Amino acid sequence: MFGAKGSGDTSGYGGLVRTAASSGSSERPYGGYFDEVADDLERAYPDFADAIERVVVDRGELTLHVKRERLVEVSTILRDKLLFEMCLGVSGVNYPADTNRELHAVYPLLSMTHNRRIRLEVSVPDSDPHIPSLVEVWAGNNWNERETFDMFGIIFDGHPGLTRILMPDDWRGHPQRKDYPLGGIPVEYKGATVPPPNERRSYR
Amino acid sequence: MTTYSDPYASSRETTEGTVFSVTGGDWDSLVTEIGATKEERVVVNMGPQHPSTHGVLRLVLELEGETVTELRCGVGYLHTGIEKNAEYRSWTQGVTFVTRMDYLAPLFNETAYCLGVEKLLGITNDVPERASVIRVMMMEFNRISSHMVALGTGALELGALSPMIFCFREREKVLDVFELIAGLRMNMAYVRPGGVAQDLPAGALPKLRETVKELRRDFKDNDKLLIGNTIWMKRTEGIGFLDLAGATTLGITGPVLRSTGLPWDLRKMQPYCGYEDYNFDVITANTSDVYGRFLIRMNELEQSLRIIEQCIDKLEKLEGAPVMVADKKIAWPAQLALGGDGLGNSLDHIREIMGTSMESLIHHFKLVTEGFRVPAGQVYSAVESPRGEMGVHLVSDGGTKPFRVHFREPSFNNLQATAAMCEGSLIADIIGAVASIDPVMGGVDR
Amino acid sequence: MGLIVGLEEKLPSGLVLTSVEKLAGYMRKNSLWPATFGLACCAIEMMAAGAGRYDLARFGMEVFRASPRQADLMIVAGRVSNKMAPVLRQIYDQMAAPKWVIAMGACASSGGMFNNYAIVQGVDHVVPVDIYLPGCPPRPEMLMDAILKLHENINNEKLGPNRERIIREVEEAAMAAKPTHQLKGLLA
Repeated sequence: MFGAKGSGDTSGYGGLVRTAASSGSSERPYGGYFDEVADDLERAYPDFADAIERVVVDRGELTLHVKRERLVEVSTILRDKLLFEMCLGVSGVNYPADTNRELHAVYPLLSMTHNRRIRLEVSVPDSDPHIPSLVEVWAGNNWNERETFDMFGIIFDGHPGLTRILMPDDWRGHPQRKDYPLGGIPVEYKGATVPPPNERRSYR
Repeated sequence: MTTYSDPYASSRETTEGTVFSVTGGDWDSLVTEIGATKEERVVVNMGPQHPSTHGVLRLVLELEGETVTELRCGVGYLHTGIEKNAEYRSWTQGVTFVTRMDYLAPLFNETAYCLGVEKLLGITNDVPERASVIRVMMMEFNRISSHMVALGTGALELGALSPMIFCFREREKVLDVFELIAGLRMNMAYVRPGGVAQDLPAGALPKLRETVKELRRDFKDNDKLLIGNTIWMKRTEGIGFLDLAGATTLGITGPVLRSTGLPWDLRKMQPYCGYEDYNFDVITANTSDVYGRFLIRMNELEQSLRIIEQCIDKLEKLEGAPVMVADKKIAWPAQLALGGDGLGNSLDHIREIMGTSMESLIHHFKLVTEGFRVPAGQVYSAVESPRGEMGVHLVSDGGTKPFRVHFREPSFNNLQATAAMCEGSLIADIIGAVASIDPVMGGVDR
Repeated sequence: MGLIVGLEEKLPSGLVLTSVEKLAGYMRKNSLWPATFGLACCAIEMMAAGAGRYDLARFGMEVFRASPRQADLMIVAGRVSNKMAPVLRQIYDQMAAPKWVIAMGACASSGGMFNNYAIVQGVDHVVPVDIYLPGCPPRPEMLMDAILKLHENINNEKLGPNRERIIREVEEAAMAAKPTHQLKGLLA
């Protein structure tokens, strides 16, 4: 009933132009320092075309989609040659609709020397959620990878101690996956029951 | 094996060895029992409920005498599932969730989130200048109040009781400012995507100037008490050492990184909200220890006051400017006003939406119930919170609810440095080191 | 075991009992020592209540005992996650009777805004609560109001046979009361 779907929209809502999730790479020139970064990486890493699946420039940010087998190599080169000294953690995202690439791990990188930011993104299927660990490259990823494992079930190979960090140690399931319920309880107040947020009518 | 029969505190054998429970008053019997096992190393649990661990942090220490040989942190005791909960709320409602992560710096959480949403919407340049100035001013006030808690509780944990009272006294003044402007002392949900929720009330600016004057005068109390104090310096100098290489590889930002000498501050290097227009210095220290971080926090207070004064001057010139983005499809519709029974929807606004403009009524209804739609994509936006770089990774699938909200909290990453800082030192030094990292467990566990 | 020194074991009866109750209630309420159980945002407001402006020291309560063995009152300030719940129970068990619990804030009273997998929906699932204090976070003045109400309750607490009688009466009243789902409020 609510929500603009298709072209039944008359209120102007839904008039926002939606950029469809780009399934292809962005084209050169990327703009800003992104070209420099891409060129430096290609020069330092001859297997660039093989390892980097996609380069996306969106909303002023550069995302390199890397194959998981090459992740450690690319990261080492980014850290040593392109001087991205700091990795700001791992963010997991679960795209259940993206078959065979359901779990993404996003690593924002920061270069303090050049004052630049880029992002690495790795996609793995649900059936084989293994990603090589980047603890050897940036030690600060230790707890972040534990958190991504705890919340999404992505197993980081080579991590010194991959255990649950936020949930109790004997918890079952990975809470932030889309197929894990929010787990609320209905709230009763003066004769009415309000269902938990994931079961309410959605104005989507 | 016990020499007494206290039902609450007997020792028991486990696969890892003997576990002793201590209830106080039986220390010498404990020592005799441990002595009997000929074990040099003892594993001690500084459990989640502890007066000195800055919140629900669990530290598992392996001690040899008084020296810590190994230290492991246990976190997750405050995990609230905020990130998952935000996926079931509209983009604006996400602000109220996100504000409770790092509860000492709620405005930074909100601003980072709103900057991310605005980046996704593409309206970063449309946010009115008055809104940006108010955001900067509130953030700097928040920095002051957060540093006050950090300094106060840090000093309390190390045994200095008066700074705690002084710091909380200053904090109350800042919370009065928050109450005047945002309505709440903490967790205000004041910064919304597109601007701020409401404008400053009449007569706010003189009160703000007065507060700045009082704060500047009262910060000296703490200065006189702690800076140069022999006991304080003996407890904080050389403690918790972490150099630049260690800090960069561990992803540490904020005062801990600046204590190594590197002047990395996002407000200067990657400015947001108009920070490039303000005059302020980035404070560093080059001792990489607890005392250096303490000095950084004290000096950042003065810099924040400088920025606030510049904000107040700007706000005077921008009197009457809007505080929400002009696009009515995104701007939060409700205007709040103080009515007879407390704060509520302003009667002018209700008159408008019920009487004059059908469109405003529809906008109000749709925006509050459904929320605006954000184009698909992902974005990472960062602000410089009192603890370091607070980044938010937002993924949108084009709908009215976020697809994924992930916060890169500075406390989470900074806390990893405890082991590097404390292994090899004495137990008493751990307290100082953890206090200097200033973790907020709500941010660590989210 | 040593001497049995608790008050409850040596109660007189009748009129003397009422005087003893009054005296014991007065003594207990005026030196109530809280245990530090600050978890999240409410803990900061609790600290502010103990600091200079909203002074808890005027009630004799500024000394937050770190050890639960020495504390009478546990103010559960903040959201209790599923990982923290066993710790909460253990601290409560370690406290010596008489002990009271204030659930401070919406999250401690009922789970608050976090109706999800990670938060215990109300700390009364874990410990028995005497006073529920709403707010997110409650102002220090609200916390003091809750503490003063608790002081009144403590002042009027009965001991011995009177206590058992009261407990029975409260239970019978609760069994006979209208269930929450049938309370319609202003809709009825």
